[in-house]
Amino acid sequence: MTSLLEARGVSFRRQGERIFTPLDITLETGSAVVVLGPNGCGKTTLLRLLAGILQASEGQLARHAPTAFLGHASALKGELNCRENLDFLRRFHGCPGISSSRALARTGLTGLGLRPARTLSAGQKRRLGLAGLLVSPRPIWLLDEPYASLDDAGGELVDELLDNHLAQGGCAALSTHQRMPVLATPAQALRVEPAAAEEPA
Amino acid sequence: MNLRALAALLMRDLRLAVRHGGESLMPLFFLFAVLILVPLGVGPGPNLLAAIAPGMIWVAALLASLLALENLFRPDHEDGSLEQWWLGHLPVTGLVMTRLFSHWLITGLPVILFAPLAAQMLYLPNQALGVLVLSLLIGTPILSLVGGLAAALTLGTNRGSVLLSILVFPLVVPVLIFATGAVSAVADGFSPRAHLGLLAALLVLALTLVPLAVTAALRLNIE
Repeated sequence: MTSLLEARGVSFRRQGERIFTPLDITLETGSAVVVLGPNGCGKTTLLRLLAGILQASEGQLARHAPTAFLGHASALKGELNCRENLDFLRRFHGCPGISSSRALARTGLTGLGLRPARTLSAGQKRRLGLAGLLVSPRPIWLLDEPYASLDDAGGELVDELLDNHLAQGGCAALSTHQRMPVLATPAQALRVEPAAAEEPA
Repeated sequence: MNLRALAALLMRDLRLAVRHGGESLMPLFFLFAVLILVPLGVGPGPNLLAAIAPGMIWVAALLASLLALENLFRPDHEDGSLEQWWLGHLPVTGLVMTRLFSHWLITGLPVILFAPLAAQMLYLPNQALGVLVLSLLIGTPILSLVGGLAAALTLGTNRGSVLLSILVFPLVVPVLIFATGAVSAVADGFSPRAHLGLLAALLVLALTLVPLAVTAALRLNIE
C-alpha cells in the first residue's frame, strides 16, 4: 500500500481563528476515510484544504496523485447539456476515463444527455457530478456530502462507485450526515472537533 | 495535457457566449448605439464628427468591455467551477489568461471588426483608419486585462459592479488618451508612433503582471 495523501497536523485559520483542531490524515491506495462531526465543525473546510483549494495555515500536506473534489456546488454549467458538461470535464482535467455516454448510463441518467443541466433535479445534478468523477478518473476522491439529495438507489450507487474506485487503487475521503457508506473494506471514521471546544473564550 | 485544459476552457467559454446570444451581442449594440445617438445630440457636421470619431469608438469599446466584466469570474465562482482550478494538476495562470482571452474575443474583437464601418459613418479620414484599427488591436487587450483584475478583486463583494467601474476607470484613462491621441495625430498629419509605442508598452506591462495578480486575487477570494 502506498500513501496517496498525507496530512500532518493540518488546520485552517479564518481571520486568525482556528476552525478545527489539527488533524493527521493518511489516505492509502484502497482506503477510505469518513469525516464526521456536527454542522459547522469544519468538515467542508477540511476537505477543501485537502483538495488544495485552501492553503493549510499550519501543518504539512502532501498529495502524490491528481485529485478530484466534489463539493456542494457541483461545478456544472446550467446552459450546457449533460453530455457537454461531461465532455468538458473529460478534456479539462486531462485524464480521460470512460466516455460521457457510458458515465451517464452508469449514474442512471440514460436518455438525459441532451437535457440542459439547469433542468435537472437536485438529485440528478448530484448524479451528474458523480458522472464527472468517472469521465476524468483521478486517484484521490474528496467528496463533500456525496449522499445529499440522493434517494436510496442513489446512495447505493455512491457506495458502488466508491467500492470500484478503491478496488482500482484509488482512495477517498468523504463527509456525510445522512448515511454511512457501506463498503467492501470498511472506511475509517475521522472526527472533526471544532477548535472552539478546546479553547473556551 | 495542460494545453488541452486551456483549449477545453476556451471552447466552453465561447460555447456559453453563443448560448447567451443576445448578451454576447451587447458590445456591438453599444458601439452602434453610440454611433447613432451621439451625432443626433451634437449635430451631423462632418468636421465635428471626424474630430470626435476616435474618442467615440474608443468609449464604445471601453463600455463594451466593462459590461461583460461582471460575468467574467462570478458565475464560475458561484457554481463551484472556479475552485476546481486549484486542485493542483491545472495551470491556473494559464487558465486565467485563457479566460481573459475569451473576454477579449467576445468584447474587443467585434468592435475591432466593425471599427472600419463605424469610421466611415463618422467621416474619419481614410489615412487614420489603419491607425484606429491598430490602436484598438493594441489597446482592447489592455482593457480586458485591467478589467479582469478589477473583476477578480471584487469577486468577494456582494454586488461589485459599482466598485468595479470605480477601479477600472482611472486605470484605463492612459489607454484612452494614447489610443485616441494616436488617431488624432495621424488625422492631423503627424506620426502616431510615440502614442502607439506607449500603448504597446502598457500592453506588455499588463500582459506580464496582470495574470499573476488576477491569480492571486482569485485565490484570496475563493478562501
